[in-house]
Amino acid sequence: MGGDPAGPINPDEHDFALWEKRVDALMVLTSAAGLMTTDSLRRVLEDMGPDAYETMTYYERWIASVAQNMVEAGAVTTEELGAKMTEVRARGSTYGAAS
Amino acid sequence: MPHDHHDHSHEGLSTSGHPYRADNDTGLSYWQVMEIALRELLIEKGYLTAAQIHAQINAMDSRSPANGARVVARAWVDPEFKAALLDNASEVSRAMGFDIGPMHLIALENTDEVHNVVVCTLCSCYPRNLLGLPPDWYKSRAYRSRTVIEPRKVLSEFGLNLPEQMQVRVHDSTADMRYIVIPAQPEDSFGLSEEALAAWVTRDSMIGVGLPLAPK
Amino acid sequence: MKVRVKSHWPPGHIRTPAYLRGKIGNIERHIGLFNNPEDSAYRQAGPQRELVRVRFHMAEIWGARAERGEDVIEAEIYAHWLEPV
Repeated sequence: MGGDPAGPINPDEHDFALWEKRVDALMVLTSAAGLMTTDSLRRVLEDMGPDAYETMTYYERWIASVAQNMVEAGAVTTEELGAKMTEVRARGSTYGAAS
Repeated sequence: MPHDHHDHSHEGLSTSGHPYRADNDTGLSYWQVMEIALRELLIEKGYLTAAQIHAQINAMDSRSPANGARVVARAWVDPEFKAALLDNASEVSRAMGFDIGPMHLIALENTDEVHNVVVCTLCSCYPRNLLGLPPDWYKSRAYRSRTVIEPRKVLSEFGLNLPEQMQVRVHDSTADMRYIVIPAQPEDSFGLSEEALAAWVTRDSMIGVGLPLAPK
Repeated sequence: MKVRVKSHWPPGHIRTPAYLRGKIGNIERHIGLFNNPEDSAYRQAGPQRELVRVRFHMAEIWGARAERGEDVIEAEIYAHWLEPV
């Protein structure tokens, strides 16, 4: 990345949404609990490849990495995550309704 | 709640002047579903509590560039403090009462001869435990790619044109250190109180892409 | 002290930026011992490593493409990535 050709810097900024803050908090707290590290977060982000950088937002990439890290740590299983995600999806069509 | 913003005048904008990102009232995304599911599972299984998550979000919300501005303003008025800050910025920030956690902080002093600017080419390392979360552009591919090869052009796009003879020092946050730039104090602000000076210190001046500005 | 960043290209999670590998710089300061990201990224314990800040001139890194050769980049490099020059 460092030194690669790139276009102008987009100066637009946004405040973080509640779900993004929760992703951030999950990373900080699971790291403090010894379930993951900054390095294991980054390793999974890098392994997603350059495509993910173009197609996913920052905290979308983060939640994908935290989720994979929790499976690797044995804190949750893929089966549990799949079942819970289906249950959450059935609660409603907005973040507010489902969370 | 973070989105209760009826108590100020800029409708649709946050206290920092930026638009809120829609969340509660837009379609539920796959990644949001994942966040809710993972959070609930971690709570149900006893790894985390809802109170911990709430407290962590509050702690991050309370961190802002105003913290760093207080550090810089004190460095401007107190040479001994500045020397201590340059020696060990983490210790000095903790002594001022800022809860920066385990963060290792290095302060970089701008002078007539040297201008410092901070980037993280590998990810998005930022002194978040002091200044809050980084702005979007800091995490962008463009800023991360270009700052190490054409810092002067990047800075000029931020409106900062440095004299040719001034040395630019680009700091790539590659590992465990985080960085805060101590901008040079503007002459127009000489003689002001520490408290008044803090209002001059912009976030961008502490990243190195801007200068301190007289408060509006 | 003058050092060269090793020009090694193993797979894995590496915090030595590609653009600095093979480049020569001067040690700016020693920071201390830290966990090695190459281990901790994979949940391996591994020994801690010395971390140092190295200062490189833009001319060394980018050659004729540098905006101004006397400008510098400083980066943290784990000592096992450095060799004496």
